[in-house]
Amino acid sequence: MTARDDDRLLSWGRVHRGRHRVAGPAWPQDVAFAAAASSEGAGTTLARGLGRSYGDTCLNIGGGLVAMTGLDRAIAFDRTSGILRADAGMSLDAVLRLAVPAGWFLPVTPGTKFVTLGGAVANDVHGKNHHAVGCIGRHVRRFAIWRSDRGVVECGPDTETELFKATIGGLGLTGILLWVEISLIRIASSSMTVENERFDTLDGFFRLAEASADWPYTVAWVDTLSTGDRLGRGVFSRGRHADAGSLEAHGSGGPAVPVDAPGVLLNRWTVGAFNRLYYAKPGSAYRGAQHYDGFFYPLDRLGNWNRLYGRRGFYQWQGLVPPSAAKPAVHALLDRIARSGEASFLAVLKNFGDMASPGPMSFPMAGTTLALDFPNRGDRTLALLGDLDQIVAETGGRLYPAKDGRLPVAMFRSGYPAWTDLERLRDPMLMSSFWRRMTQSE
Amino acid sequence: MPEPKKILILGATSAIAERWARLRATRGDRLLLVGRDPGKLSIVADDLRARGATEVLVAESDLADTDGAPQRFASFLERLGGVDVALVAYGVLGNQADAQADTDRLEQGLRTNFLSAAIWCELVAGALETAGAGTLVAISSVAGDRGRRSNYAYGAAKAGLSVYLDGLAHRFAGTPVTVVAVKPGFVDTPMTAHVQKGGPLWATPERVAEDIERAIAKRRPVVYTPWFWWGVMLIIRNLPRMIFNRMNI
Ligand SMILES: Cc1cc2nc3c(=O)[nH]c(=O)nc-3n(C[C@H](O)[C@H](O)[C@H](O)COP(=O)(O)OP(=O)(O)OC[C@H]3O[C@@H](n4cnc5c(N)ncnc54)[C@H](O)[C@@H]3O)c2cc1C
Ligand SMILES: NC(=O)c1ccc[n+]([C@@H]2O[C@H](COP(=O)([O-])OP(=O)(O)OC[C@H]3O[C@@H](n4cnc5c(N)ncnc54)[C@H](OP(=O)(O)O)[C@@H]3O)[C@@H](O)[C@H]2O)c1
Repeated sequence: MTARDDDRLLSWGRVHRGRHRVAGPAWPQDVAFAAAASSEGAGTTLARGLGRSYGDTCLNIGGGLVAMTGLDRAIAFDRTSGILRADAGMSLDAVLRLAVPAGWFLPVTPGTKFVTLGGAVANDVHGKNHHAVGCIGRHVRRFAIWRSDRGVVECGPDTETELFKATIGGLGLTGILLWVEISLIRIASSSMTVENERFDTLDGFFRLAEASADWPYTVAWVDTLSTGDRLGRGVFSRGRHADAGSLEAHGSGGPAVPVDAPGVLLNRWTVGAFNRLYYAKPGSAYRGAQHYDGFFYPLDRLGNWNRLYGRRGFYQWQGLVPPSAAKPAVHALLDRIARSGEASFLAVLKNFGDMASPGPMSFPMAGTTLALDFPNRGDRTLALLGDLDQIVAETGGRLYPAKDGRLPVAMFRSGYPAWTDLERLRDPMLMSSFWRRMTQSE
Repeated sequence: MPEPKKILILGATSAIAERWARLRATRGDRLLLVGRDPGKLSIVADDLRARGATEVLVAESDLADTDGAPQRFASFLERLGGVDVALVAYGVLGNQADAQADTDRLEQGLRTNFLSAAIWCELVAGALETAGAGTLVAISSVAGDRGRRSNYAYGAAKAGLSVYLDGLAHRFAGTPVTVVAVKPGFVDTPMTAHVQKGGPLWATPERVAEDIERAIAKRRPVVYTPWFWWGVMLIIRNLPRMIFNRMNI
């Protein structure tokens, strides 16, 4: 197993740059060698999936990375029970291609299908159905990890329980996931029944969210540039798997952004124009059928869309505030953004449910979450994000490490008191840029 | 579901072969996977079963070793019950400096990439001729299109294989039997794990697998994959020696 130096590997936000020593095992039995080869020199390494984390949780700058995407095989798929065991490097895209024709679907999916099972577990990802079924960690039956100090360890709710829980949302630090076994859900059709509805104030969002509690999937887009009595206007979308129809997996992706766009492409005027069009378009009041691909993964249609932000990259910010504080806090967040004049191209608002994850470091908890993208304009952007942090911190909320490349240490530690347990259970060979920042800076 | 086809893969643990086998498994075919590493073969077989293959059989065999090849080949056919498509995929890149310094290494490379491959292709051809139908696909390489100082030992073996396939395609022209020579450029697989990747010249094994599938459907005797290597190699083949000699490739 050989490792090579690579200075082109980035996270999805493309802000952090540096060199890694990378080894990509092609067979599960090569993972230990890959860890050793990639950690040569710096002494640390980190599993890497499809690099869809925006910040620095999937980076280990100056150290090693074990590229897991070559381990993308299914191990067993029971088409009667819907239980799938597959390599941790298998993408959700591949899972769907396998599962959908047989009448099964992912129990939980993030807003892109280009993430690996390992990455999904390590960040305990949530989807539009969090209020109904919780995070993916609740649907994981077992998995195996490789640890530098113990070799291969199989974990489940009743074996190696502490490691099982700590690995769910464990940021890849408790071991390298080799395979994951999940329970899929039954579907009768690859189509969704969808209802989109506009809301013209933030209160409208909360009303619709409450009225839609019996819909399995809900999410809203907000126009972060509207102000005054239109503050918080947006489009609410809810859906469920259709009761009958054909079972067709999605097709191959569309075009991709070939090069870095000029950094000025996404500015408040272009975003403003987009927002007005998006709000006004007929689809924003659509009711009817939609393929799951368009419903769950609209962004996947444009490959490498992150390059639209240009060479300096962008920050994603995702915060969560508890239910009691949700309305005023989200109002304050949107107000602060609107006044900043910074434009967030993607702004997603969703209410989480209270179904607890097995993982103590899992991000979601009951409340309202807002996710935003801002082009990296240096200090100006960081100042805005700092203010948003403040609003969330005052409510006792927290931020999502997978999305963040600059989460303040104090805010992380107060939001995730279990971080000391994770540090105790961490494989001594595993380290990320994020974890170095959170644990080694004072 | 279409009628399952009988697929024989020689060198089934190859990354390219595996990606192509997935396409076949998804459409419900029956496969016999031949390779030298039983652990890897069973990992690949489990995956293909999960993807929907009707049946997946494995056979452990060192394919560079051609002792008793006709009998071994007959046993493959017997287990599979005939063959509709055979893919000869195994190969070793080797190291040019080693081949120059050590004639045993040179011979081993030629044996793996040419001598044995030609023998297995001939055995497949015989079976297809008897059956009066079917497809033989073998993976050669653009490296066989012109000898270069950086890897002419490998290139010469692939050149030999390309010519052998050319001859077979000629022999079966106008019959229902199809012969396809696949010539990939740079592919991101374990064979090239030591090379720094990225850039437009590198293809994924999935892409190569799709090109192989298309070439079979269109019955193309030679396929460069991705397609632009056809143009690249046309130029390289025709470069005047004076210019060629100054290139460090
Ligand atoms: C367009 C878009 C939409 C998104 N929407 C959502 C959403 O709705 N909900 C949500 O929760 N997230 C969302 N995300 C974030 C994304 O789901 C997570 O960042 C996910 O973890 C990425 O998986 P990955 O395979 O790319 O892993 P990477 O980003 O490469 O790695 C993420 C973490 O997983 C660890 N890891 C990866 N593989 C392994 C392994 N085999 N063993 C151990 N650790 C491993 C890494 O060390 C790292 O800590 C979105 C991202 C994008 C780009
Ligand atoms: N990758 C490229 O850039 C590239 C370019 C042009 C052509 N090709 C050709 O494509 C084909 C497939 O290669 P790949 O890229 O998929 O690389 P790969 O994954 O390394 O596959 C090569 C396979 O050949 C097998 N093999 C070697 N010697 C064998 C033997 N004596 N008996 C049985 N199996 C043997 C290896 O088996 P083990 O796993 O047991 O070692 C391995 O699975 C090869 O013919 C190669 O020459 C590759």
